[in-house]
Amino acid sequence: MLGFVARRLGLMVPTLFAISLVSFAIIQLPPGDYATTLVSQLEDNGQTVDTAQLEAIRERYGLDQPIVVQYWTWISNIVLHGDFGQSFQWNQPVAELLSSRLPLTIVLTLSTVLFTWIVAFPIGLYSAVRQYSWGDYVATTVGFLGLAIPNFLLALGLMYIALTVFDADVGGLFSAEYEEAPWSLARFADLLGHLWIPVIVLGTAGTAGLIRILRANLLDELHKPYVVAARSRGLSETRILFKYPLRVAVSPFLSTIGWVLPLLVSGEIVVSQVLSLPTTGPLLLRALRSQDMYLAGAIILLVSVLTVVGTLLSDILLARMDPRVRLGMR
Amino acid sequence: MTDMEFTGSTLTAAGPAAPPLLELSGLRTEFATRDGLVRAVDGVDLRIPPGSTVCLVGESGCGKSVTARSILGLVDPPGRVSGGHIWWRPPGDGERVDLAGYGRTDPRFRQIRGQQISMIFQEPLAALSPMYTVGDQLGETLRLHRGLSKAEARDEAIALLRRVHIPRPEQRVDEYSFQLSGGMCQRVMIAVALSCEPALLIADEPTTALDVTIQARILDLIAELQADTGMSVLFITHDLGVVAEIADEVAVMYLGRVVEHGSTEQILTDPRHPYTHRLLRSVPRLGSGRQRVLPTVRGQVPHGARRPAGCSFHPRCDHAIAGVCGTVDPAALDGGDGHEVACLLYDDAHRPAGRTLPLTVVEPAPTPEPAATAVTADRPPLLDVRDLRMLFPVRHGMFGRTTGQVHAVDGVSLTVRPGETLGLVGESGCGKTTLGRCIVRAETPTSGQIQYRDGDGDPVDVTRLSGGALRRYQRDVRTVFQDPFSSLNPRMTLRQIIGDPLVTHGIARGSELTDRVADMLRRVGLSPDYLDRYPHAFSGGQRQRVNIARALILGPKLVVADEAVSALDVSVRAQILNLLRELQDEFQLTYVFISHDLSVVEALCDRVAVMYLGKIVELADTATLFTAPKHPYTEALLSAVPVPEPGRRTRRTRLSDDLPDPVNPPDGCWFHTRCPHAVAGRCDQPASPPALETVAAGHDVACLRHAELHLDGVRADRP
Repeated sequence: MLGFVARRLGLMVPTLFAISLVSFAIIQLPPGDYATTLVSQLEDNGQTVDTAQLEAIRERYGLDQPIVVQYWTWISNIVLHGDFGQSFQWNQPVAELLSSRLPLTIVLTLSTVLFTWIVAFPIGLYSAVRQYSWGDYVATTVGFLGLAIPNFLLALGLMYIALTVFDADVGGLFSAEYEEAPWSLARFADLLGHLWIPVIVLGTAGTAGLIRILRANLLDELHKPYVVAARSRGLSETRILFKYPLRVAVSPFLSTIGWVLPLLVSGEIVVSQVLSLPTTGPLLLRALRSQDMYLAGAIILLVSVLTVVGTLLSDILLARMDPRVRLGMR
Repeated sequence: MTDMEFTGSTLTAAGPAAPPLLELSGLRTEFATRDGLVRAVDGVDLRIPPGSTVCLVGESGCGKSVTARSILGLVDPPGRVSGGHIWWRPPGDGERVDLAGYGRTDPRFRQIRGQQISMIFQEPLAALSPMYTVGDQLGETLRLHRGLSKAEARDEAIALLRRVHIPRPEQRVDEYSFQLSGGMCQRVMIAVALSCEPALLIADEPTTALDVTIQARILDLIAELQADTGMSVLFITHDLGVVAEIADEVAVMYLGRVVEHGSTEQILTDPRHPYTHRLLRSVPRLGSGRQRVLPTVRGQVPHGARRPAGCSFHPRCDHAIAGVCGTVDPAALDGGDGHEVACLLYDDAHRPAGRTLPLTVVEPAPTPEPAATAVTADRPPLLDVRDLRMLFPVRHGMFGRTTGQVHAVDGVSLTVRPGETLGLVGESGCGKTTLGRCIVRAETPTSGQIQYRDGDGDPVDVTRLSGGALRRYQRDVRTVFQDPFSSLNPRMTLRQIIGDPLVTHGIARGSELTDRVADMLRRVGLSPDYLDRYPHAFSGGQRQRVNIARALILGPKLVVADEAVSALDVSVRAQILNLLRELQDEFQLTYVFISHDLSVVEALCDRVAVMYLGKIVELADTATLFTAPKHPYTEALLSAVPVPEPGRRTRRTRLSDDLPDPVNPPDGCWFHTRCPHAVAGRCDQPASPPALETVAAGHDVACLRHAELHLDGVRADRP
């Protein structure tokens, strides 16, 4: 097991290196560099740029240096000092910008994953064990609806319901009075009051997918010879179900970590936009539109790193659960 | 015998002296399917006396497994036990209970399962969960039924593993099923089944998926444990050789009913039901030499939803009485000696005048054929394999470094003569399949040569072919695969499956393709009407015919058949073997026939090569190899094959099932670790790996002691 983790960690190094290269390439894609963009922006506004200031920026990012040196400066600043550079549009350090948004993003992500699991697990289990029952058909129908409805539509619908039925203010993650308030129990309660809509919106498709996957996997396993063999040994049905087929069928739950983590940081841009959530998704969208390349690059780098970390986590969990993965057989 | 009194027998009454442990009476198990109600078990009566072994035999689809599963309530929906009784007399208190009255999830069943009645299954690897160690699954039963603590269960698990002769049980207990061989897994399953000293062990084809050498050891083990504990065994098999080996009583099943029941001696030497006759005759018997045509059971088992009226066997029966067998349901008749048969021929009320008993089966005696005709020996070989090696790297550690190599094929040299059938035999993992795959160039060998000579042209080295030349070669050399179920794409029709090689090689399309496929279907004994059907509509035997048609559609010279009949029932197997022989004559084919089944190899092949750990250890013509083997491994393989004759249960050469690690083979002769004739200090010396040497014309052996050993072939120890 330790060898497995060590091997996977070892493999992460070249992967992360490749990712940083691609992220940097994205920063460099637009013509010119950050300094010229800045100058043209300021000059558009009728301002003149202090050449000393410009030189300082150039020197700070090593923009007069060869590409390789520039890459090294960028990545070593990130790795050694946690300095992601300056956001051109916000005129703030990228790190500061992200640190204000990242915690809420993570809260939203984890809540959604938990919601997905808590709902999908029992329903999927029931659907498989009572295949073709009334409940299975209901779960299947609802599941397909969940998969088929676009997220933004679901978001709009839920907002409408929340507004008309519960008379709640549903945009964002906080009510206006708590937006800038320090953390307190009341602010936390307010967060929960807002969180449920994005969690449901973001989680529905995933939940529906997981229900289908768990049901299909479990149905495959339920009639395997080892289940019959376990039954022939006199185990109770519940014990058989939870000990044998479920343990195999649960693998997709662990795999979700690998793709849900990065997806929720970046992917749900449209939903975040509709619900005006202060997460990193809209930040990335704006950064890309205004060519705020250090910010975009940092988010892309972060999302990619999260993908790698998420995959690593789910692989480690899978290896813990499944000796075939751990021992590298079959 | 003709004046024997056959009286109606009431199978549920008056049995042998001791009351039966288990008694099935009128058992019915049904499956509601889209094709209608399938009565998989349709009124089975069966008694299992204490301490005896009862074998249930018959072709696939006759309801043997469903009968066994019904006893323990293990039939999954939509199947259900719909009638009859399963009287179980628990050892000790003697109050019998009717298991047929319990639901599948009845808690009372859980007291019986695993504790009083245990079961082992056909595929030991699949019957163990890969997610838990074998010790966990073994300990689970002990803790459940015997109330042991975790630590006690572990100790007891180790003791049980030792009892089923698993080497190093202290280590094995923490290993997973996929780390063990099939034979080891079946031992673990037996250990699990025996953990609570059950009164009855139900064994559902427990050795069918195993090598003959392993099968022999598992059968020995079951017999040994039965002698120790006095348990009864219900053993399900389609292999009549196995029956002869272990059974006290035999029940022959056909379409959900027991059609004949008697002692092993009675069934094997004096079969009464025409179906039993046919089953017995369709087994190729070791020692009967190469045969022109194997007898078969005509037709195939009909689908369970389309049971013929009257005697369900009558459409396939050579002795059917016109107008009677198709209408009257035969009842079980007792010949007065406990030998029961459900056949109208034995019923005086129905037997027409002139029909005499016992049945005389009119059939041309199997014609032994002179092996290896002299003509082929003179012609230059079709294939000349020289020092062929195929290595597979073993990867390990942090970045998958190559830490060793498996020599799947290790310096094999042999020739394949035009028109002959060359057999390749050996246990699983001996490299016979890899050698076959190298020959068809599905693998590119690591080194060595395969010279292919087409007609009188110059030989070409196949191992280095690529592009168009390789494609031309692969038109000439085709494969028939083992598994008739997974080797056909379920989403393609027969026209597409069989015609596919014609399309990929750009030979025919459109109506010409259809004509050629239809013609090929006819030649393999299938109707051209099947052109647009999908594989799921066909039985195993029919699918194997489709496989053969696909292999032959390009008009090949050489066909490599890899275990082509291993997955088939005996009767169907004989049909396919006959088909292969007919096609060989018709198209002048050469076969390389890979099989672990020596009786099949004997019936079909001209010459046989025996492989062990990637090397050929003996190569000879079939008759010589089977009657006068020179290598102890060949002798052991031959002796492990069960023969359907009672009274041949002798102690024979048994090989341990602990194969050496192919990455680090032992010093000296690689077989010495398992060889009963090995001499310490000679066969195990690093300097002495024996090379293949010619000991007689056409007979090569790789054994250090071949000159001094006198080994037994199959006919030598025949009474």
